[in-house]
Amino acid sequence: MSDAVRIRGIVVGHGDMARGLVDAVRRIAGEAGAGLTAVSNEGKGPDALRAALDAATGEGPAVVFVDLESGSCGIAASYACRAKEGRAVVCGVNLPMLLDFVFHSDLPLEELVARVVERGRSAIRAAAVRG
Amino acid sequence: MPIVLLRIDERLIHGQVVIGWGNHVRPDRYVVVDDELASSEWEQDLYRLGAGGAEVLFVTVAEAREGLTEWRAVPTRSILLTRDVATMRRLAEGGLLEGESVNVGGVHHRADRDELLTYVHMTDAERRDLEAIAAEGAQVAARDLPDAHRVSLSSLLGSRWKSSS
Repeated sequence: MSDAVRIRGIVVGHGDMARGLVDAVRRIAGEAGAGLTAVSNEGKGPDALRAALDAATGEGPAVVFVDLESGSCGIAASYACRAKEGRAVVCGVNLPMLLDFVFHSDLPLEELVARVVERGRSAIRAAAVRG
Repeated sequence: MPIVLLRIDERLIHGQVVIGWGNHVRPDRYVVVDDELASSEWEQDLYRLGAGGAEVLFVTVAEAREGLTEWRAVPTRSILLTRDVATMRRLAEGGLLEGESVNVGGVHHRADRDELLTYVHMTDAERRDLEAIAAEGAQVAARDLPDAHRVSLSSLLGSRWKSSS
């Protein structure tokens, strides 16, 4: 890993999804997974969810991974990243893209986002379908 | 039947509404009644992302009060949403929602609110607004999803609640 500034990753989702994904990353990737934070929408209204995301993203560069583009998590992420430099929202989060993220979070933001989106997309495929 | 759901939900157009209720009542259109959002195009764009291709209108309370008659008359099936109780109360004033069912969805935890259900938290003022909506002739009940237990207004507020308190 380089000494470049690492971009924080925040996973926001419905119920326990974000916590489960972050836990899975840490079990697979070890310390590299420490750069990820989970935020749940459970029991939070729009204002509380935005506040939780603001606290998690902090002031530095960050990518907010969202389960669903539409809905409370996607909207809160868009609010949290709006009008702030060094922020990106990636929708449709999955485990392969998070694993790629934690090992490449020293890349420039645009390059990193393009990379993880492609990694997440390419990991979705049908396997062993027997009709 | 053209207004297929009237709902108070802080999150407006989101998963429970679009997936949970949407598959149940099959709306063609969402009508968001909110004075602030009615003039905020970028926020409207965010909420439109969640509508699954259905039409979305953002209107003020005044516009909604004028539009209710038409929305009831046309075959287009509308879900009407407000993100707070006070807006629904303003919409109901003068008996405009008489005979309608008003669904209380997500109103979440806040320091000045009491928990009535896991998904419904209310201030005293909000409880009084719910009573006012009922007094205008609407049936008020809480239910987050179509297959969940329906909680009547009296059960929601509880026997210890006194509107004068």
